[in-house]
Formats: sequence, C-alpha cells, structure tokens
Amino acid sequence: MSFSNLTRRGLIKTSAVAGAGLALPTYLRADGHSGFTNAPTGDTVTLGFNVPQTGPYAEEGLDELRAQELAVQHLNGEGDGGMMNTFSSKALKGNGILGKKVAFVTGDTQTKSDAARASAKSMIEKDGAVMINGGSSSGVAVAVQGLCQEAGVIFMAGLTHSNDTTGKDRKANGFRHFFNGYMSAAALAPVLKNAYGSDRKAYHLTADYTWGWTQQESIAAATEAMGWETVNNVLTPLASTDFSSYIAPVLNSGADVLVLNHYGGNMVNSLTNAVQFDLLNKEVNGKKFEIVVPLYSELMAAGAGKNVEGVIGSMNWNWQLQDEGSKAFVKSFGEKYGRPPSNSAHTCYVQTLLYADAVEREGTFNPCGVVEALEDFEFDGLGNGPVLYRGDDHQCFKDVLVMKGKENPTNEYDTLEIVEVTPRAQVEYPHDHPMFAGGDLGKCNPGA
Amino acid sequence: MFGLEKRDTRLLIIVAIMALAAPFILNPFPTDSAMAQFNAGYPDLMQRFVIFGILAIGFNLLFGLTGYLSFGHAAFLGVGSYSAVWMFKLLGYNIIPGMVLSIIVSAVFALAIGYISLRRSGIYFSILTLAFAQMLFAIAYSDLIGRFFGTPITNGETGLQVYTSDPQYFHNENLPNIPHLFGQEMQSTYTLDVAGWSFDFSFGYYLCAIIMLLTFYLAIRIFRSPFGMMLRAVKSNQQRMNYTGLNTRPYTLAAFVISGMYAGLAGGLLASMDPLAGAERMQWTASGEVVLMTILGGAGTLIGPILGAGFIKYFENIFAKINDNVLHSWFSFMPDGIEDFMVTIIHPFVGKGWHLTLGLLFMLVVIFLPGGLVEGGQRIGRMFSRKKPSDDAADGTTTPAE
Amino acid sequence: MDAILLQILNGLDKGSAYALIALGLTLIFGTLGVVNFAHGALFMIGAFCSVTLQKILTLSSETLSATEKDFLGNPLKIKTPYVESWFGPEVGASIIDWAVPLAILFAIPVMLFIGFAMERGLIKHFYKRPHADQILVTFGLAIVLQEVIKYFYGANPIPTPAPSAFVGSFDFGPLLGLDTSLAYPYWRLVYFGFSAMIIGAVFAFLQFTTFGMVVRAGMADRETVGLLGIDIDKRFTFMFGIAAAVAGLAGVMYAPINSPNYHMGMDFLVLSFVVVVVGGMGSLPGAVLAGFMLGILESLASMNEVKAIIPGIDQIIIYVVAIIILLTRPRGLMGRKGVMEE
Repeated sequence: MSFSNLTRRGLIKTSAVAGAGLALPTYLRADGHSGFTNAPTGDTVTLGFNVPQTGPYAEEGLDELRAQELAVQHLNGEGDGGMMNTFSSKALKGNGILGKKVAFVTGDTQTKSDAARASAKSMIEKDGAVMINGGSSSGVAVAVQGLCQEAGVIFMAGLTHSNDTTGKDRKANGFRHFFNGYMSAAALAPVLKNAYGSDRKAYHLTADYTWGWTQQESIAAATEAMGWETVNNVLTPLASTDFSSYIAPVLNSGADVLVLNHYGGNMVNSLTNAVQFDLLNKEVNGKKFEIVVPLYSELMAAGAGKNVEGVIGSMNWNWQLQDEGSKAFVKSFGEKYGRPPSNSAHTCYVQTLLYADAVEREGTFNPCGVVEALEDFEFDGLGNGPVLYRGDDHQCFKDVLVMKGKENPTNEYDTLEIVEVTPRAQVEYPHDHPMFAGGDLGKCNPGA
Repeated sequence: MFGLEKRDTRLLIIVAIMALAAPFILNPFPTDSAMAQFNAGYPDLMQRFVIFGILAIGFNLLFGLTGYLSFGHAAFLGVGSYSAVWMFKLLGYNIIPGMVLSIIVSAVFALAIGYISLRRSGIYFSILTLAFAQMLFAIAYSDLIGRFFGTPITNGETGLQVYTSDPQYFHNENLPNIPHLFGQEMQSTYTLDVAGWSFDFSFGYYLCAIIMLLTFYLAIRIFRSPFGMMLRAVKSNQQRMNYTGLNTRPYTLAAFVISGMYAGLAGGLLASMDPLAGAERMQWTASGEVVLMTILGGAGTLIGPILGAGFIKYFENIFAKINDNVLHSWFSFMPDGIEDFMVTIIHPFVGKGWHLTLGLLFMLVVIFLPGGLVEGGQRIGRMFSRKKPSDDAADGTTTPAE
Repeated sequence: MDAILLQILNGLDKGSAYALIALGLTLIFGTLGVVNFAHGALFMIGAFCSVTLQKILTLSSETLSATEKDFLGNPLKIKTPYVESWFGPEVGASIIDWAVPLAILFAIPVMLFIGFAMERGLIKHFYKRPHADQILVTFGLAIVLQEVIKYFYGANPIPTPAPSAFVGSFDFGPLLGLDTSLAYPYWRLVYFGFSAMIIGAVFAFLQFTTFGMVVRAGMADRETVGLLGIDIDKRFTFMFGIAAAVAGLAGVMYAPINSPNYHMGMDFLVLSFVVVVVGGMGSLPGAVLAGFMLGILESLASMNEVKAIIPGIDQIIIYVVAIIILLTRPRGLMGRKGVMEE
C-alpha cells in the first residue's frame, strides 16, 4: 500500500487551500461592522442561559433557569418587577434593555467543560447571544469564561466557588457575583472558633479537583490562623459514590472535626456516610466530634435530609434574609414557582439584572462598555447588603452567610438556618493575594 | 477514479458534495422562522459533525473490519487533544505542529494499549481497553501526572487551556491569538445572507471537512485493500486463520493503531477548533458514544459511522436547546388550550429531556433497522427504485455488521 | 492493624453491592448470552422502590396551620401522613421508619415483573442479534428508564434513611480485644448480611432444585437441553426475572447507604462489567469472588498509608487489577472457555 504518497498529496492540497484562505480578506459576520460580536440589530436582544439540565446538577440548573426566566420577565416589564424595585441603580425601566425586548435561549452544560463550551458556542454562533449566564461548577465556569473572552461576549458566572474563577483564570469579559473559597473560609473561621473553640484538630476530605483544592487550601489557612491543627487532608476521587473507606479512618486519627470539601452529590454522600459512622455522637480528645461543610446549598441539604442537622457551612445568599431586596425576590419567585429560590437561582437572577443595568447605564451592548460599567460598580438592594464589583479581578464583595442545618425543620424548604451574616469587610482580600495570584484579566474583547 | 471502484467513487463524491455544501444543507429554514431551531449549520456544530465523523470512521476501521470492540477509544481522542493544546502552549497557535503531534502521540498510546489488549479477544479485549481508558481518564481528571511533576499537565477537570503567560515560542504579534493555519484563523467565518436565509462559511469547518474527506478516502482504500480483506477474515474466523499458520496479531494491531491515530487526529482537530482539552472527553461515556455512533449508523459500512456521529451530535446540540418558550412559539397558532396541551406532551422529550429522546431513538433504530441508519437509507432508496433490488443488495457499502 | 481491619469491613460491604450486581449480570450473560447495559438501571430502579414506598407511606393530608407561616407569608400547610392518622401517630411513624426493609416486599414483585417484561418484550428478540445491537438497545433502554425516573423524582438525591433502630455503629474494638475503637455502621453490616443471604439463596436455588439444575445444564449447553425436549426458553425468562430481582434488591437496601438519584445505575454499570469479566464470563462464583476482591482492594487502596506511596492509586486500582488479572488469567478468575470470546 502506498498511503504515504496519498497523504502527502493531501497535505499539498490542504496547504493550497490554506494559501487561498490567506489571500482572502477575513470576512466577519454581517453585523460585525458595529464593532462587537452579535450586536443586536432588530428590536430584541438575546441572552444565553447555559445551565446543567442533565447529570447530577440538573436540579440546580433547573432552579437557575427559573430565576433567569423571571429576570427576563422583570426586565421586559412583566410581573411585579422583583428586585428591580429595590435595586439602588434606577437605570432599568422595565422596557427591556435599551428599549429592546429581552429574548433568551437555553442550553445544557451537562456539567462538562466540553459540552458547556459547545452549548455556549451554539448560543453565540447560531442564536447571536450577547451574554452567557449560568452554570453550577467552577470547571465549567472557567472553561466558558475563556470561550467568552475569545468570542467577545460577556460571561456572567452562575454558581462557581473556586478561587481560580476570579484568581488564576480571571478574564476581562467574565464577572462573578458568587462568593469563593477564600470568603467562605474567612466567614466560617470566627463562627467555628466561637462554636467549637480554638483548640481543634481538623481532618479534611477534599474532592480531587480544582475547586476542592482551592477551598481546602482556604479553609485550612483560615482555621490554622485561629489555632486549629490540620491533621490530615485526604483527596477523594470525584467519581466516588461511597465514601466509607475515607471516613472509616477518621475516628482513630485523633481529629475531632471533619471538614468535607465536597459539593453536590459528593457532599450528600460523604455527609450521609459520615453520619452513618455515627461521628456526630462520638467524643474525641474530650470534645464532641463535629462536621463542617464549607459550601452549602439548599438542594444538597435537601438531598442529605436529616444528616445536615447541626452541621455548619456557608452560603452566598438565602431566602430567609429579611432585607427588602431578598423579600421582593422571594415573593415574586415564590408566587411564580411555588417554592423559595436557591442561592444559585439568586446569583443568576442578580447577574442578569446587573448585566442589563450596566448596558443601560453605558448605553451600549458593547462588551467593553459593559466591563467599564461593571468595574468598581457599587450597588445595593439585591440582597447581601452593599456590594462592590471589584475592577481588579471582577469579583463581587458582599456579606457572607454562615448557615447551620436546622434541628427540626417545619417544611421541606426549611432545612438550614442563618447563624451569622459575616460583614463584607471581614471577607475582603487584596486582588493579588497569593491564593489568587498568577491571573491576568487581559483586555476586554469586543470580538468582531 | 482515485484508484477506487465505480460505486466507491460515487459514494466518495456524494460524501464530498454533502460535506462541502453542508452550510446550505444544514440550514434549510429561514433564520427568523420558528423552524430555525432545527438549523444545524453553524460553524461549531458542523465542525463537530465532521470531527466526530473522523472518530467514528476510525473506530469502524477496527470494529467494522475486525470485530474487536474497543471500549476505550475516547482515550485516544483525549490524548490527541492534550497533545495539540500543549503544542499551542509551547510553540504557538499554528495548528500544524499540534495536529502532527496528536497523531504521533495517539499512535504511541494505541500501540502500547493495543499490544497488550489484543492478547485477549471478545469481551476480555473490550474490558482491557476500557480499563486503560478509565485509568487515563482518572489520571487526566485529577492531573496525577501533573501532581507528580509539580506543574499542570492536564489541568484537571477545568481542562487544559492556553494562557497568555505560556511560552508560545513561535508566536508573534502579527499572528492571531486563536488557533490558525499560517495566519488564517479557524474562527473566521463569512456569512452569506440570502433573503431570509443566512449561511455560515467557516474556514475551520472547511479545513475539518477536507481532512474528513481525506480520511474517508483512506478508509475506503483500507476497506478494499488486501489488508482489509485480511482483517475481515480475522473477524469471520480467527481460529481458522491461526490454523493456517498465519499470525493475525500484527494485522489487528495495525488496525488498532490506525484507528487510534484517527481518534488522535479527531482530538487534535477538536482542540484546534476550540483550544481547550477537557478530561471528560476520555471518560467511558465518551468511548461508549463512539461505539453507539458506529452501531447506530451501521457498523462495517463505510458511511454509517458518519451518519451515526451526526445523528447523536445533532440531538445533543439541537434538542437540548428547545425550551418551553420555543415550544409555545411553535404552537402559538393553535387555540390556547390545545397549545398548552401540545407543549405539555412534547415538553418531556426536549430541553432537559433530550436524553430520553435519544434513548428512545436508539431503541427504535436498533429494533426496526437492524443494519443501523444505513439500512434506513437503503429502505427509502428501495422504495424509490423498486426495479433493481438485486443491485442494492450487492452494493459494497452495505456489508452487514456480522 | 485496626485501619486494615476497618478497610476489609468496608471492602466486604462495597464488595457485596458489586457482587450482587455482578451476579445478576452474569445470570443474564451466562444464561442468555445477552450483554445487558440496562443492568445498572435495574439496580437504580430497586433503590427507587425504597423511595417510592417511602413516598407512598408519607402521603399526607394537609391542614392549614393557625400560627405558622410559610416562606410567602401564607399559612403553613401541616402535613399528617395518612398512615399516622390511620394507625395512630406512633405505629404510623414506625411504619414509615421501616420503609426501606418493607420495600423488599414491594420490590420483589415489581422487579420480577420488570424483568419478565423486559425479556419477553425486548431482549427475546435480540438473542440472535450481534452483541453490538444488544449493547445499543439495552443502553437505549437504560437511558429511557433513567429519564423516566428523573421525570418523576427529579435529579436531586432523595434521602431514604434506614430504620432508626439501625442508626449508629457497632464497635468491634472490644470484641476483638483491640484497645482502639473499630466502629462500623449497623446498616452496612445489615447490607453485608443481606447480600450474603441473597447470594446464598441464588446458589442454593441453582444447586439444589431441579429447575436450577436444568438452568445450569442450559447454561452449559443450550442446544442439547433443548433437544431433550425441555422448554429452556421459559426457564430463561424466569432467570431474567431473578437477575432483575437480585439487582433490584441490591438497590433497595443500598438506598440508606447513599441517597438514591436517577443516575446511580450508570455509576455502577461500568464497574459491574469489570467485575463480571474479572470473575470470568459465565461463572457465578467468579462474579461473587471478583466483587468482593475488588471491593476489598479498592478499600485498601484508599488508605492514607497506601495513597502516600502512590497518590491517586484509589482511583485506578480496580482497572490496574483488572488488567493484571486478565493478562495473567486469560478468562478471568474462573471463566469458562468460549463464552463471549469471539
């Protein structure tokens, strides 16, 4: 067989095509002349809501989607307006964005970076989306953020808690409203000290991927600073379903606190397993054994059922907050869907409003304009008290909630209670903090 | 033509026309119509069609010809992607070094895995390949090698990306900051607006399509070569082959390596179109997907795997995006009650329920079309040309699976 | 020492789930020669039998509370399970508490029915088809089953606790004369005992009944048994039902160990195939042995001492072992010649 011959011919052919390509000017999309990708031409503007609809986080994705739909309604002036009434910026008028009616497309990230990028690409290439919002994992957020940077659209991250999203992997076109591992740790440490004392030995179980690592690093640093000792940190494979072999050795390790750096299904299972091993009823070093879950979510608490009772963790926002913004949001969400919103739903809703507001204030959909409007933007009335969108790394700074599993929940949504609202000043950090170092925002990219 | 028999030439030409006219064929509906949802002619999806087509063609060279069912083929896809992205990081965004390396590296991996796995046959072979692929997946997902060296090699679950701080030795300011071929960007797209229609002609797509046609041509040559005959003999009765004193292993190993190189090439192309290599593309589900594509399209046929690849990717990308709003807009012409009823009926099968539709279609296809989608095509063909049934049966493209 | 003992207990526990699933899978492989990719889904449906019974038992009447408010400020709906209003709060509560063990009774007919229906309605037509087609159709079925469960129960895991009598752990330490504690959860011990019982029952059935004898004969040589005038097909249908029930029961009792979710079957699918093949095609004892062996090795590999030497070994140990065994023993641990080797 003489394939070598043929492949060489193929190569020549390819290069010829490439040469022809070089000679051509680079044609851009027809609407590219306005200077940025997917500039809306008609009387509508399209937003892309990219959330997990299949796989383990499907339920969370569904809740994000509900919130995003609600946000679009409010932007278009339907419904009761929700948080638009309490938002400190009054640029939004309920007539869409810049007078254009808001339309949206949805996609399935499958919680896989590949699939999420494919889905986001189809929104950008096929549907002409100017902004991508949503997601429920840091891996996906980082991947989609990178894509949006290349394509020249804005990425408003959904639930992503890894330090890297606005640290090592920060991008000029990407914005994160959600809090991160460092902020969780800073908020939790004082509460843990009050509740469990400053002489504790902690045993970490950490999901073996980027988010798990950054969270473990943050929690270990914050708890060690107040006097705790980290006895061990065991990495558990993300694909694990049964954590018994990681939990069994904990009791005899001399540790008296177990920190579960897990999220989603991992957390539901590891917490269930830990309670099975009866850890919470044991005494070690003369102290009652405790479990800490640094990142909570309502859906995880629902999945773990009674096992969350008395377990402390942190959250970005909770529907039980009593400020005007939160109350307005819970009311319009609850009336539409018959359930209180989760904290990922809140983040997606707020992110959508923030984007719309930025466009409105700047008077353009151009991503660079949006970036300018959002950088160092201070606002209030969207839950969480006064918030700052820091320009250096596109991270939001706001109060963090410390939560605890409720002992006797009265209904299915009442699984967690707010222990403390840690003020923003306590969780702030310089943008070049070592845990966030190595990143480069780059320049905003308007695309075409 | 091209050293092919007449019917193969015809097939190649049909595939070529379909591939080159894909931007038209896949965008049959005007952009503003309700049916535009079903348009698949945007660059990313078209690229996926042909890239996964390459993967499936390669898989079929192994499975269709020798009957060896590899359940770890996604490993080569992943290895190819990682190699390509590493070339982008080290040398720059020109895709040629990446493509070359992805083929070489996947060939090396295929040689090693194939050499060991081919000592067993049947399900034992399948499980060996699965085990190797799952090992590679675990290593990539938690970046175990990177942890050993202290620097990211696969960058874990986030996926390997190119950073501005990477060396990119051959990169300079005149070159685009995204994958390109000697300066021509993969992303560059010319959009043709005709009346209500809009057609995207993307450079990246055409590059992929041409490579796909070359690999398809190569596959036909292999199918028709003495080497292909030998592989088919292995499939029909390996023992008899061995009794005649012939060692079949080198042949099957060669098929395995070629097939692995196809997968590596697909992986390299995937990274070239979108410079990120995620570990999920090595997981068993991805390997399973290749198997499904091939069987669904028609294992052992030339064009079947391409059809299967297109079918699955279409559902993943188009059906997942249909939400209730879209459904309402389709049925808005109906009276309110009926509209809501229709939406309720269809709702479970689209959007977050796209898996359900895919599962049902798998079952329907395999129950009613034992030869895969290719058989469906033939049945339709027979309906239109009843006069020559014997000719169809003799068509070389319809070699049955077993 | 205590650490190793703990991990062996863990391994036996994990292994019992693997062994049960692999046992059912081998019954289908060995008797019918069908590659059943829907087997993981059967396990999942078993677990959802527990969930369903729990839901049925907690079906409630609703009354509006006079004092308490829900999240929207409307009066809170207080739910009282019908079971509690019928049998009194205490008896009712303990019936709900025992939902998972009760689900065994519920699951057996359900799983047998699903097994029969699957075999008669679908698998029967695929005996003569290539394995590739069997994979495609059973994989399609697995997706459909999974999506149907997702449609009704959502994607979130659903907590399904064990009876409160089994909450807590048993300390083997004093029993073995160790000075450290060696606590192991009661429910996991129950799971191990339950699996051992099912495995014993299946073997006894095949070994000591005439029906079992015929099935074993059919596994060895289907044609000859058919020539003897025995209607082997009917028995095979029955075996498919048994296999489904075994997988289902493994799932029922697994529900309290990890909250069931709709894709838990897929998590076990690949693993159970590895177990079956490592055990050797067509060998029931092989499947059980491999299940326990891989369970124990996986647990031992996740010990910190082992992970300190080879990081990440716990993620790949099963595959490493599978490769080593398949290379040293061509047909797995106890495989028969000529089964699925073509």
